[in-house]
Amino acid sequence: MTVMRYAESLNAALREEMARDPNVFVFGEDIGTYGGVFKVTRDLNGEFPGRVFDTPISEQALTAMAVSAAMTGTRPVLEIMYADFMPLTLDALINQASVFSYVWEGQVDIPFVLRTQGGGGVGTGAQHAKSLDALVAMIPGLKVVAPVTPADAKGLLKAAIRDNGPVIVLEHKLLYNTRGEVPDGDDLLVEIGRARTVREGADVSVFATSRMVLEAEQAAEALAAEGVSAEVIDLRTLRPLDLDAIVTSIAKTHHAVVVNEGWGFNGYAAELSATIMDHAFDLLDAPVARVTMPDMPIPYAEPLESQVIPNAARIAEAARRVLA
Amino acid sequence: MRNEPSLDTRAEMHRLMVTTRAIEIRLGEMFRDGQTRGPIHRCDGQEAVGVGATQALGDEDYVTTTHRGHHVYVGRGLEPRRIIAEIFGRATGYCGGRGGHMLVGDASRGMLGGNAIVGAGIPAATGMALSIKVRGDNRVAMTVFGDGAAQTGICHEAMNMAGLWKLPVVFLLENNRYGLTVPQSGQSATDHLVDRATGYGMPGTVVDGNDVGAVYAAAAEAIDRARKGEGPTLIEARTYRVEGFSTSDMGGYQDPDEVARWRARDPIALSAEGLRDALGDNLLARIEADARAAVDEAFKQALADPLPEFTLHAASAPYAGGPR
Ligand SMILES: Cc1ncc(C[n+]2csc(CCOP(=O)(O)OP(=O)(O)O)c2C)c(N)n1
Ligand SMILES: [Mg+2]
Repeated sequence: MTVMRYAESLNAALREEMARDPNVFVFGEDIGTYGGVFKVTRDLNGEFPGRVFDTPISEQALTAMAVSAAMTGTRPVLEIMYADFMPLTLDALINQASVFSYVWEGQVDIPFVLRTQGGGGVGTGAQHAKSLDALVAMIPGLKVVAPVTPADAKGLLKAAIRDNGPVIVLEHKLLYNTRGEVPDGDDLLVEIGRARTVREGADVSVFATSRMVLEAEQAAEALAAEGVSAEVIDLRTLRPLDLDAIVTSIAKTHHAVVVNEGWGFNGYAAELSATIMDHAFDLLDAPVARVTMPDMPIPYAEPLESQVIPNAARIAEAARRVLA
Repeated sequence: MRNEPSLDTRAEMHRLMVTTRAIEIRLGEMFRDGQTRGPIHRCDGQEAVGVGATQALGDEDYVTTTHRGHHVYVGRGLEPRRIIAEIFGRATGYCGGRGGHMLVGDASRGMLGGNAIVGAGIPAATGMALSIKVRGDNRVAMTVFGDGAAQTGICHEAMNMAGLWKLPVVFLLENNRYGLTVPQSGQSATDHLVDRATGYGMPGTVVDGNDVGAVYAAAAEAIDRARKGEGPTLIEARTYRVEGFSTSDMGGYQDPDEVARWRARDPIALSAEGLRDALGDNLLARIEADARAAVDEAFKQALADPLPEFTLHAASAPYAGGPR
């Protein structure tokens, strides 16, 4: 094991996969010379000449190009600097990437990875702080992962690059500097579609995504002090969902709280909650509680922003509500 | 020349440039002391573009700008105190702290507004020009945008329609040689972005972006044409970003000699040279000292102003008064 920062483990994943497969290349804004604004692609430019491209600010074309480059023998990894710019990529994802393997009856594979980062809490304002997980998770044909630990960041990114279909990797700006133990060696793969039990509990299951997992852990600590035993599940893969893990946990606790940093209405938490109704209704003793952003743009000033980003206090309160 | 600024206008533009610079320097210091809410995109060295262009507009005209818009805000006549208050997330800021420094809007001055989605201000101003045409009034819309933004798809689409429909819009390309960390040469195969005007059937002109009088004259001519129904103009103002992309830029990609060459052509120093004979040293010094003192006072007031309070479903938030 080596203690690494989340950004470093992503960097290692890229380096290892580029070394392993000459068809892997990376491109995006400011990822070459500068190594990315979050330094995830640091030094790759020098190490892999001709396979690292700084691009113009052209997200729509870049994503469409990634799709077609993937159809024709390469494995592109595209960085979209902020999740807030994902709307610019959506035609390529919705009308291209997710369509052709199916309508051409499997004649083409589309092995490309789109990495981006979202999330708020540090005053980046309404256009640089959103979590738009639902936008990509709704598209059939895409896989969507959201690692929280450095080990998962490495293992899931490597798995995403090796996957033969399009995979969206949702990172979080407040996770890049977090540290954690990462297994040594260049064969760390985390299977896409498997949740991770962060903390076992008996009374209520908290299903969380991305940085909200860390808030859920804090909530579980607070609840433990009140004698409530909360189980925290990091979904890790937003799609395809690990339904077994969800149902197994609810079978134990009979109560569920779902947490996602995106909007509530039509959001990822809404889908989770509906999925739980579909598959575990009979196991529940109370309705599912959702913890999300309120349905509004993210304000800039600290006293405003801090009130809209979901946090441990709101998760704990939701857990108390479902248990009441 | 027909559109040369008068002596009064030149003196006023000088005052506004000194005001902008004083704001930027103070913001840089406060960032270093950890007192700003996140990084700031300073416009040092580019004051002549934002100030010269907007001073040529009429009171009723519209303008859009970018994430780096402090010179445009000040040039357009917005109050330093309320700009600064917004940057520090105060209730008295132009957006009550909801927007932050990249999203300042003041509809009463046609400032609609700063925008942190690169390129978004370009079709925005084009749409305002369409609205002007539909309403049949004689306003003009102007967009100030970067060399990076010039590479976006929406820039091309908007300019095409502006040329096609002869819309009353002025495209002011502020070519500061960098899009974030990527030099112009890494973003476009041509160093003559102005050449694109031909492809859209509109006149294009290059101007020294560090010469406020030249920017003003070029803008005034384009505004005239637009108001007379003769359609859009592309102005490429050549300037340079002498500070980093933002206050958190780690640097290392700008050639120090290049920076030094441009610092030697400081737009404020050039403007002072041009005014010295007409105004005399004493008057010039007083204008500058008064501008700086006013900025000091504006910071003092803005920093003493109250922070906003959060209300869910506040006025002008989505679903004001409660969700439906
Ligand atoms: C659609 C979009 N893509 C990427 C970014 C990230 N970004 C912010 S500013 C910038 C560079 C813009 O360059 P330019 O237009 O030349 O403006 P300058 O910073 O030089 O003033 C980039 C890539 C963004 N804000 N929006
Ligand atoms: Mg630029």
